[in-house]
Amino acid sequence: MYKKELYGYLSSLVAYITIVIFLVVLGLFLWVFPDTSILEYGYAGLDSLFSTAPYLFMFLIPALTMRTLAEEKKEGTFEILATKPLTDGQIILGKYLSALTIVLFALLPTLVYYYSIYNLGVSKGNIDTGAVIGSYIGLFLLGAAFTAVGVFTSSVTKNQIIAFALSVFLCFFAFSGFESASKILSLQKFDDVLLNIGINLHYQSISRGVLDTRDLVYFLSVIAVFLLLTKLILGGRKW
Amino acid sequence: MITKYMIGTNNGQPAIQVTNLSKNYGSQVAVNNITFTAQAGSILGFLGPNGAGKSTTMRMLTGYLPQSSGKASVCGFDIQIQSLEARKNMGYLPENNPLYPEMYVKEFLDFVANIHQIKNKKQRIAEVITLTGLQTEQHKKIAQLSKGYKQRVGLAQAIIHNPQVLILDEPTSGLDPNQLIEIRSLIKELGKTKTVILSTHIMQEVEAICDRVIIINKGNIVADDLLANLISKHGEKTLEPVFVKLTKAQNR
Repeated sequence: MYKKELYGYLSSLVAYITIVIFLVVLGLFLWVFPDTSILEYGYAGLDSLFSTAPYLFMFLIPALTMRTLAEEKKEGTFEILATKPLTDGQIILGKYLSALTIVLFALLPTLVYYYSIYNLGVSKGNIDTGAVIGSYIGLFLLGAAFTAVGVFTSSVTKNQIIAFALSVFLCFFAFSGFESASKILSLQKFDDVLLNIGINLHYQSISRGVLDTRDLVYFLSVIAVFLLLTKLILGGRKW
Repeated sequence: MITKYMIGTNNGQPAIQVTNLSKNYGSQVAVNNITFTAQAGSILGFLGPNGAGKSTTMRMLTGYLPQSSGKASVCGFDIQIQSLEARKNMGYLPENNPLYPEMYVKEFLDFVANIHQIKNKKQRIAEVITLTGLQTEQHKKIAQLSKGYKQRVGLAQAIIHNPQVLILDEPTSGLDPNQLIEIRSLIKELGKTKTVILSTHIMQEVEAICDRVIIINKGNIVADDLLANLISKHGEKTLEPVFVKLTKAQNR
């Protein structure tokens, strides 16, 4: 299942376009646009990469995942899959892992940026490598969480556009919505809870280079919750 | 008699056993308390007007839709409790034959073969391609194939793991007369060793290939008999008037 999905991605343009857009936009923000450029900033750090990437993921990951289940449902091919000796869990996991692999493929080339900054530093190697490693782990976990959200929204509808819009919204809300809500005056009592539900707090915490098990557990539970919800929706067979 | 029951079955049970099976969509009853069995080495025609519950029954048998009540088993495996085992032993061609248009014929068959964990994969794929007459089209994309060839791909994926039970939902809809004859003879060949259930609207097709007929109307079984018996019982020469009589009488 995983293999078929991965080949499916690799033989269609979707994956390549998504990866290229991700890299180009990131490159522009990092090197060209003066507001966020590392060259203007003057410090050897990848901070702007790790603050821009989540917002790119927010749009690009839903574009990758929107067809995973919505298309199977629309074309009726889900009936073929579901009547094979495969469990729904295997189907979902195959789709999820293949999309996640593409996200990983998009992340890998950005290591070049790390390498260039490593060499560009006033004294060579003047970069907080620990924080960078932490940030990469954080970014990957974030991508993994967004992918789970994307697969889930794809299971809710037959329409890929709806799946896309819904997952962009959910990703955005989970990432910074809770944080913003915690600032609403009447919700001040719960601001701690709201902050903790949101993804950003945990993402920032990992990015500092401190790998806390609580953050890890948080990301893994977000992924698990959305994949289980997907299974629940598919099990209902209501379309 | 006993030996006949034993052929190709598990635990001495018939290949397909359906007991009091029902399916409701809300308050609407799609399939109402049906009971039937099918023996190995026979082709069972599943007839009925549109919306009678044929596809719903087949979808329940294949484990796609959960039943509302009742029981069914395939090769002795309960379709709900031992769903995976049951699915391993059957091949299914869904209505409208959904396929992945962007995949190549061989790639698709390879994918299905992998799911079934077939041992001599390459050899079996080649066998199935020959069996379904796909040799000339085997390197094409599914999207490029004509409807008849798509139907063969659908049939190929259903038989690739050599299942004991075949469930075919309108396998010949939309085919031209030549393709009809070829697909029918293939199904007839398969029916010699396997249990085949097929649904269709073409009476001549049933007369040509089926041993037994079940007519279903509004979710209820209105006839379940050997083809010849059914026709002679109603004093007719062909199946068509019998079908009309049974399915129209209920409407009034």
